[in-house]
Amino acid sequence: MPLYLTDEQAMVADTARGFLADNAPVAHARALRDAGDSAGLSRPLWRQLGELGLNGIMIPEADGGLGLGHVEAGVVLEEIGRNLTPSPFLQTAVAGATALRGAAPELRERWFPRMVAGEAVVSLALDEGARHRPDAIACRAERSGNGFRLTGAKRFVAHGHVVDLLIVVARVDDAGLALFAVDPGQPGVTRAAERLVDSSFAATIALDGVEVDGDAMVGGADAVGATLAAVRTGAAAELNGVAAGATAMTLDYLRTRKQFGQEIGRFQALQHRAAHLHSELTAARAATLKAQQLLDAGDARAERAVAVAKAAATLATTLAVQEAVQMHGGIGMTDEHDIGLFMKRARVLAELGGDADFHADALARLSGY
Amino acid sequence: MVDLSAFRQEARAWLEANCPPAMRQPLRSEKDVVWGGRNAVLTDDQRLWLDRMASRGWTVPEWPVAYGGGGLSPEEAKVLKEEMRALGCRSPLDSFGISMLGPALLKFGNEDQKREHLPKIARGEIRWCQGYSEPGAGSDLAGLQTRAVLDGDRFIVNGQKVWTSYADQADWIFCLVRTSTESKQGGISFLLFDMASPGVSTKPILLISGSSPFCETFFDDVSVPKENLVGELNRGWDVAKYLLGHEREMISGMGLGGSGASIGRRALQTVGVDDQGRLDDPLLRARIAHHEVRAEAFSAMLEGFIDELKAGRGHPAGASMVKYHGTELNKARHELLMSAGGSDVLEWESEATRGGAPARDWLRTKGNSIEGGTSEIQLGIVAKHLLRLPGA
Repeated sequence: MPLYLTDEQAMVADTARGFLADNAPVAHARALRDAGDSAGLSRPLWRQLGELGLNGIMIPEADGGLGLGHVEAGVVLEEIGRNLTPSPFLQTAVAGATALRGAAPELRERWFPRMVAGEAVVSLALDEGARHRPDAIACRAERSGNGFRLTGAKRFVAHGHVVDLLIVVARVDDAGLALFAVDPGQPGVTRAAERLVDSSFAATIALDGVEVDGDAMVGGADAVGATLAAVRTGAAAELNGVAAGATAMTLDYLRTRKQFGQEIGRFQALQHRAAHLHSELTAARAATLKAQQLLDAGDARAERAVAVAKAAATLATTLAVQEAVQMHGGIGMTDEHDIGLFMKRARVLAELGGDADFHADALARLSGY
Repeated sequence: MVDLSAFRQEARAWLEANCPPAMRQPLRSEKDVVWGGRNAVLTDDQRLWLDRMASRGWTVPEWPVAYGGGGLSPEEAKVLKEEMRALGCRSPLDSFGISMLGPALLKFGNEDQKREHLPKIARGEIRWCQGYSEPGAGSDLAGLQTRAVLDGDRFIVNGQKVWTSYADQADWIFCLVRTSTESKQGGISFLLFDMASPGVSTKPILLISGSSPFCETFFDDVSVPKENLVGELNRGWDVAKYLLGHEREMISGMGLGGSGASIGRRALQTVGVDDQGRLDDPLLRARIAHHEVRAEAFSAMLEGFIDELKAGRGHPAGASMVKYHGTELNKARHELLMSAGGSDVLEWESEATRGGAPARDWLRTKGNSIEGGTSEIQLGIVAKHLLRLPGA
């Protein structure tokens, strides 16, 4: 399979690009923030994305979705990143859709149509400490009657205060990890919202002996792995979009801003840094597409490729947003200019699903050193 | 639509049956690379592997069958490459004829030139060198001064080239010469001639690595048949630039020279493991791991670049980007290999290090970001032609 987008995949990108540029450009994110919005996302926009058909991109056709894969979801995420659109797409349409794929029919029938329509927000409750360490998850799921009793504490749950369904990662009887679909409104669940640096919201969630039935366990270790891969690859794609947006804005600035009687983009010191950055971003995008293709093909090499993609996208985007602010000079430090918003979003996505060090370490383990 | 899975099976079976076991061992150093040519000294296994692959046209899988190639589609060639990698097969033949001159002749050569030169490249019979840089024309290549004057049915060539890779071992040269002084780029022509011609002499340049992969090459009234001109007179810069793209693509492949994992394994020999089976030097391990991320991302970048190029969707300046990225990575890789090897790899002559190969290879890589256009030249091309920054 060639390592570029097919015509069909490019069409999905065009659809998302046109819609988001018209309906949710960076100004949309800024307006939500400035209005003191307490949801951190726009429900009407989420329904509009649903009407476009994009929310069901990874949901099987039999369940009312498009039955497409990580590559197609990735091109949408890249546009979301480029526009800094506050959206539950990554958590719901990518992670949630992956997690619920193996759920019992009754759960699928209840949730997939609402996700497709943009009426439900689903989020993954994964991390417990400040650093991403899935191996150290302590949240317990103890067998109780025909179901389970969940106890633990989660944090950095995106949209956690407004979510309609939580996918909780918990350890079953002190053994392997599994996924549990949990209604956030049920007894024993308490939530506290925190506004993050990028104006999105995450929640800390306490689970205090939360009783769920047997069907609530929607997947075992394989599903946990698939869902983690989906979050990481998705975050990589969104990061690449953030980098692309910030870099496009910066290149425009280099072409037009004049000092010493000429465009600053004529200076070799800036040209070479911009070219180096472009090279890094191109590598990160290629690595991300490779991971998406291998995941969609069910190829065993996907595990390595996902680690490479998340690490490379994190490193390249971190460079991109720093260069972006620096090359804008003083104006880049002002709240009035949009470029700083890219830096903030990149910082949050860098942590989501493990940072570059986490994935470099994973790669080293896979390589046996 | 060709059935790729059938081709994959057939290719795998043929490779398994025909690739000698010794040719499935990793290259130990640059000395194991088969370059071909009149004076090549090959082991029996190298000869067998080269002849078998050449008989299928698989030394140059995508060239037309009529010119000694395999006539494969880009997709089939990719499958063949994947299968060779899966079995650990060495490349049967690497040469500037394959990676640089061949593509240029296929695009710019006339039928006689293609029929004369391409099959000999495919079979490894003639080894080519590249006459580009001159003492006064390095990064500013188009400033070259080697003159070729038309005299009846022959060009008479006078001048000097430098950094001519393996000129002392090459059979023929593809050479940029000045045929007009009216315009800088528009006065350059592209000539082919035999290095055994009277008036050609070479002098190896000793590098910091202690080896001499490059030469100074001198032309003193060298007589070259007129029909050895490729493309039009004074339009050689078009050929030169096209070929440079292929050269940069080839050099960028150095970024793939062995995986990051292999550096980790090298370090395990000198450092050992901790109680969790990790390399027992956390800072070195972190540096290697971050390099491995970059190396694997680059591998995808190069794959995407080549796929896009073959589909006619790439930008020529993309070759500058992969050249820059790949060579900088290769330098970083050898810095890490030296760190991983510690004082073991400071040896310069001993049998244990095969004549100081690690240290010599490390030093040799410093030229990667200079040859074929420096990193700074590549970044300038990327800035102006891919990013459209002012000053083009």
